[in-house]
Amino acid sequence: MTSMILNGERRAVRAAAETPLLYVLREEFGLNAAKFGCGLGQCGACTVVIDGEAVFSCITPVMLAENRQVTTLEGLGTAEAPGPLQRAFIDAQAAQCGYCIPGMMMRAHALLARDPDASDAAIRAELEPHLCRCGTHMRILRAIRLAADAMRPRSTAEAGR
Amino acid sequence: MGLGVVGIAAAGAALAAAWRSEIAPVPPPAPASFDPALVRRGADLALIGDCRTCHTAPNGAAFAGGLPLPTPFGTLYSTNITPDPETGIGRWSQAAFARALRDGVDREGRHLYPAFPYDHYSATTDDDVRALYAFFMSRPAVSAPPPPNELPFPLTIRLTLAGWKLLFLRPKNLAPDPAKDEVWHRGRYLVEGLGHCGACHSPRNLLGAEITSRAYQGGEAEGWRAYALGAASRSPVPWDEAALMQYLRDGFHPLHGVARGPMAPVVENLAEVPREEVAAMARYLASLGAGPRGEAAATPSLVPASAPGQAPQAAGAQAAIPAAGTDLYAAACTACHEGGRPPPFGGISLALSTAISDESPRNLVNLILEGLPVRGGTAQPIMPGFGAVLTDAQVASLAADLRRRFGGGLPWPDLDSAIREARAARRLAARPAAAMTR
Repeated sequence: MTSMILNGERRAVRAAAETPLLYVLREEFGLNAAKFGCGLGQCGACTVVIDGEAVFSCITPVMLAENRQVTTLEGLGTAEAPGPLQRAFIDAQAAQCGYCIPGMMMRAHALLARDPDASDAAIRAELEPHLCRCGTHMRILRAIRLAADAMRPRSTAEAGR
Repeated sequence: MGLGVVGIAAAGAALAAAWRSEIAPVPPPAPASFDPALVRRGADLALIGDCRTCHTAPNGAAFAGGLPLPTPFGTLYSTNITPDPETGIGRWSQAAFARALRDGVDREGRHLYPAFPYDHYSATTDDDVRALYAFFMSRPAVSAPPPPNELPFPLTIRLTLAGWKLLFLRPKNLAPDPAKDEVWHRGRYLVEGLGHCGACHSPRNLLGAEITSRAYQGGEAEGWRAYALGAASRSPVPWDEAALMQYLRDGFHPLHGVARGPMAPVVENLAEVPREEVAAMARYLASLGAGPRGEAAATPSLVPASAPGQAPQAAGAQAAIPAAGTDLYAAACTACHEGGRPPPFGGISLALSTAISDESPRNLVNLILEGLPVRGGTAQPIMPGFGAVLTDAQVASLAADLRRRFGGGLPWPDLDSAIREARAARRLAARPAAAMTR
């Protein structure tokens, strides 16, 4: 049986080891932020973070999450207490239909964790695997910039402790 | 003392042979002075020569140079070959252009590094040189000085290249073969000359020169293995003229897979040239032989015509399909690679994969890590990469497993180092798909 650390809690998986991680997240744990888009690892809607790396969960067998840290959008905050990235997306009103947004946010989360001072060019390049048909691209970029700015003083303060 | 005199005389003679004079600059010719038909012909030849591919930096202006070319000796930067008078070749006469192309000497008389494949371009005919000159001199002039090369001493001294040329630069023997037709001769001229296929597909010696006695036995390019062609091919299904044509034209073939790595821009260039030129190259390449594995498998019963909805399979593919299990291949690969849909909609049967049957694991590792990224504007098969989620140990175990199931060869001894090198290259080129814009 597969066991993973999901949004900070160790969870046992009932599904078979070759089941896509996306199905496990949505059906077994009711975490519906990650979306099924193309099922081919080409659109980015299913993106979650495993050990700091953005990963397409639709093509990732859950066996690969064994004993690893899996973070979904639900792990970044709640509707009542949104995390800084979620706050920024709300403030920038960056979602239209919203289907692609959780995936974009998770890749942005991984990027900012790795490089809190990511340039606009780096953010654009990083989001290249994500498709969005609504056209809120400029707001999405603004939201990630906002989040980076909001997160930076805190991370500097933490580093100083 | 006598010996000293002889020595000095010999050194003097060598220096005289190495010294190339400047060819006088000319006023840049007016683009309109060239016959449009000649310019069009030059455009086709420049595509076959892949000029744009090396002489254009990522997101840079076409032919303005500046692309870093990592070599075992250091990093070279491609030059500006637009007709800009100061930073490009605007003041080059046709004679200077011809000398650079065929002898590897620039207008000022400096020897050029053989990353520029003049060992192949030397075969270019006068007519084709004229067409190429007309094409380049009618491009928009772009002012862009290339970054300085990053080479260690003494390679910074270009006169050392005269010695290299003395040792390795030989005219291509393209004597007519009465047993072959005109198309084959045209193909040989393009493959051995402008197409410079051997620059990647032949092994190189320690001084970076192609080992002519082992032509087309497989080489290396930019972190990818360039497979052996012809008699030394390891393709599980033999290449034939029709397959070569389709592959070179479309960038993939259902029995052979997809052109990626440095081969991707090559097929994109060939997709734009007249069909008969690619057909000629295919005929010549097919005449190089089918390879021992190929010949063993070249019976109709083993290579069934692919029916719609049914993936073609090589010998042994059925036996190689494992029982249902929880292994990584079954979990991550089979949905596409045994899904029963032929390429480009499904993955090829891995029993057909040269990446798995080849002597080097590098391409398989690259493919597992990066997949087949979408290339803008092309309709080609895709595959997601698994580099973000697989650990090095998992990549090694998957690659070794695929080799065991489908490779029909010994385990790769250099698998771990191939994975380390591929990871390092991946970190350097953070977003290869996004960077490759023209």
